Amino acid sequence: MQPILTENKAMNTTNQTYVHPGLPDEEPILTVQDLSIDFHLRTHILHAVRNVSFNLCRGRTLALVGESGSGKSVTARGLMRINDPAARVASGNIFLDVEGKRIELNALGPNSPQIRAIRGRRIGLIFQEPMSSLSPVHTIGSQIVEVLQLHRHMSLAAAKTETIELLRQVEIADPTNMADRYTFEFSGGMRQRAMIAMALACNPDILIADEPTTALDVTTQAEILDLIKRLQVSRGMAMLLITHDLGIVAEVADEVAVMRYGRVLELGPVDAIFHDARHPYTKELLGSTVRLESGEANADETQRSEKPVLSVSGLTKVFGSNSAWFKKGSYALKAVDSASLDLYPGENLGIVGESGSGKTTLGRLILRTVEPTEGQVIFRPGDGSETDVTKLAKSELRQFHRHVRLVFQDPFSSLNPRMTVKQIIGDPLFVSGVARGKEMESRVGELMEMVGLDPAAMERYPHAFSGGQRQRIGIARSLALDPKIIIADEATSALDVSIRAQILDLLLDIQKRLNLSFIFISHDISVVRYFCDRVAVMHRGKIVEIGSAEQICNAPREDYTKALISAVPNPDPRNKRMLHRTRLTA
Amino acid sequence: MTDTQNLNFEIETAPAISPLKSDGKVVSMAAAGQWTLIWHKFTRNKVAVFAGCVILLLYLIGAFVEFLAPGVPEKSKPQYTYAPPQQIEFFVPDGNGGSKFLMHVKGYKIEVDPVALRRSFVPDENKIIPIGWFVHGQPYKLWNLIPADLHLIGALDKKDTVYFLGSDRLGRDLMSRLIYGTRVSMSIGLIGVTISLTLGVVMGALSGFYGGWVDLLIQRIVEIISSMPTIPLWLGLAAAIPLTWSPLQVYFVITIIVSLLTWTALAREVRGRFFALRAEDFVTAARLDGSTERRIIFRHILPSLTSHILAVVTLALPVMIVAETSLSFLGIGLKPPVVSWGVLLQDAQSIRTVATAPWLLIWPASAVVIAVLSFNFLGDGLRDAADPYGE
Repeated sequence: MQPILTENKAMNTTNQTYVHPGLPDEEPILTVQDLSIDFHLRTHILHAVRNVSFNLCRGRTLALVGESGSGKSVTARGLMRINDPAARVASGNIFLDVEGKRIELNALGPNSPQIRAIRGRRIGLIFQEPMSSLSPVHTIGSQIVEVLQLHRHMSLAAAKTETIELLRQVEIADPTNMADRYTFEFSGGMRQRAMIAMALACNPDILIADEPTTALDVTTQAEILDLIKRLQVSRGMAMLLITHDLGIVAEVADEVAVMRYGRVLELGPVDAIFHDARHPYTKELLGSTVRLESGEANADETQRSEKPVLSVSGLTKVFGSNSAWFKKGSYALKAVDSASLDLYPGENLGIVGESGSGKTTLGRLILRTVEPTEGQVIFRPGDGSETDVTKLAKSELRQFHRHVRLVFQDPFSSLNPRMTVKQIIGDPLFVSGVARGKEMESRVGELMEMVGLDPAAMERYPHAFSGGQRQRIGIARSLALDPKIIIADEATSALDVSIRAQILDLLLDIQKRLNLSFIFISHDISVVRYFCDRVAVMHRGKIVEIGSAEQICNAPREDYTKALISAVPNPDPRNKRMLHRTRLTA
Repeated sequence: MTDTQNLNFEIETAPAISPLKSDGKVVSMAAAGQWTLIWHKFTRNKVAVFAGCVILLLYLIGAFVEFLAPGVPEKSKPQYTYAPPQQIEFFVPDGNGGSKFLMHVKGYKIEVDPVALRRSFVPDENKIIPIGWFVHGQPYKLWNLIPADLHLIGALDKKDTVYFLGSDRLGRDLMSRLIYGTRVSMSIGLIGVTISLTLGVVMGALSGFYGGWVDLLIQRIVEIISSMPTIPLWLGLAAAIPLTWSPLQVYFVITIIVSLLTWTALAREVRGRFFALRAEDFVTAARLDGSTERRIIFRHILPSLTSHILAVVTLALPVMIVAETSLSFLGIGLKPPVVSWGVLLQDAQSIRTVATAPWLLIWPASAVVIAVLSFNFLGDGLRDAADPYGE
């Protein structure tokens, strides 16, 4: 990345926000004018937010959309003055309308009693990670009671009654008892509900939701968004929704502000942004958003004459003790429950499921980094031979690992930070003795070119690369030994939308050139739809449905698949899907 | 804004940054290895860098004690017991009203308190003892090999005595003894840490690598050893040292005793890191690349470990120094004629001594405090810098 040191003032260009017509003209409750926030770092000043202006109106939702580092969270935190000390408001005004009076928020000290009266009381905040925003040592109820006592000066008894009422409003079953539970006794979705109850405790005029559903599964996400939307409408709150997911924006927002590198590039009604985008970046963002409706879908199930390259049958993994120590009632979890699937040469097989469905474990079982409890994995390298992977000895397993490679989810932890890119990509070549020295160097260069990296950068260390580039390095490493199969475990989940699209296209391109088979494990059905020919849906360790990507997405047979598919937010405001979804009751 | 369709948007490709200083350059770290990064992160911590310099200085002093000390530590002068520190002065009256430059200290005269009949030394304004740099004084053997008599600073006349930091109960020069003590006290840490490092890393790596019953066994040993009350154990072990042994032998045995008890913390640290690193994605990747266990350890795990080990070692050194000091102070560690800071502090055991000759407590104690603090600051800095990839 080349930092821009000076603003280039080329002819006929503008860096001002493009504002679409059709924004609501009612009196805003919160006005942000020309807000700029700088971070004074050790070596330089980072202009995290630059000249941002927008209005929040009662009963309406403004979505701040952007990729990581776009300054959307900094903006939101700036409204509540809870940025970290390195951040300074360089210019601009924030006006909040409190019962007819305009209060200038940026004139208040970050720890002044006035701003503390506004935080929570006037502006409620929902964080991304409910586990770390809720105290682990207090009960859920007592945390909400505390807010009520502090801000609304309620008596303990009144606060308790109100807490139970709030928990009921956020649809927590049995609120009287659940109020006495601790954070760790709640599931992720329930924690987020409790967080919402806390944010709503003081009847705020404005709700700021910072990536409220990013940590949640897609079905839970749909429920939470549903809930937030309903509460917002019924209470007439203004909402500022911060998200990177255009699908959520289309489903929930009324107005959209697209942010990049601290600037709002485009601001307008949701329909205008999605169907009449003006800024090239907005167009690029929309273009790289993978849709459930469209996909490569290149292969047909009927034309399979070859034998599958990999056959998994009855693969089971039981975690926990069922040993002789505790004969009866022992705790055992079937992470993968007799999974069977075939992978054909040149095919992309997707495995989707929510967290805890066993999809990652299935991938690891095939590679035997986790030992299976039962079942078979037959590998056919294509020369007529067949090997049962589950019976291989350690040295034979090494041979198998040359043919079946893994691409990791986290591009940061999967590369050894103390080795150069050449050493990382060349490691499999070196270890297997395929190429060393000069020969290895030229092969590494080839691989880097194949994944779209400059071979001149091979002496660099991973920390010099961005997340997307690191993922390319990881892919190059997996390609080094001419594998037959690549297992990509959430290989694109840690990446930004536009980078994700690039990596997916890179993988598709490589697959066509090298005739590889992919097992693509992901929680994101849209990505799987885009990338895969066939999809296996996993739920609670079982494969509930296998079919072509088109069939799974358009005509799912199983109830679970239906619920899953319909919960995926649709990045088109004219065709909202999530709010009319099928709900699974199981 | 305008409604023109062909509006040109400025496309930015990176976050906006302005340099803090006008000449601010963005240093490229792209091809910097782990030690370069560690060094950059370490030098940002000014306190740690300063502490590092202090430690370097202490070891330099330890290396050239014979030359740096104004005298030899054993030389006693019974006529000057508990003599107070002498001030270095630079000008003397030249006889005709002016003054001329001459580095000197004032000699002593004895005053007797008429009530308590206690003898005490006070500076005698008329007795001028000229001193200078690089003087020939008491003969010594540098590193016990090279005979010499050059001292960095001392009295110009060999017959004069100077006590920059005062003298002890036998009239020995405290400054010389303190400087000689630096060698012993600072090196006992080094030797001790080397032993406990070897033990700790080997045991910790075995434990972390094999896991299972090996880990179980080693960890239980570690727990047993660290649950022992240290001072009584040291007392017992030190009491078992035969009185006939030479001071040098005692010195080595004491180091071994101290290090046998301090390796446990190191072993735990190494084991913990091992476990953490084994679960890292890049180690799994290396395994899937076909690396053998040996290669995984030496190529992937140990390089990530070395900087952490360095930090732990730096934090283990002051423990050693304090252990030696307390043992010697209690009289069960090093014994005279070996000079260490702990041995020097033995002289300051009684209140009477501290009252009449406070320098006997102040200087050796300050030396210990400075050394231990510096090691701790340095260790903290190293520990923070050990993983430069955290940010």
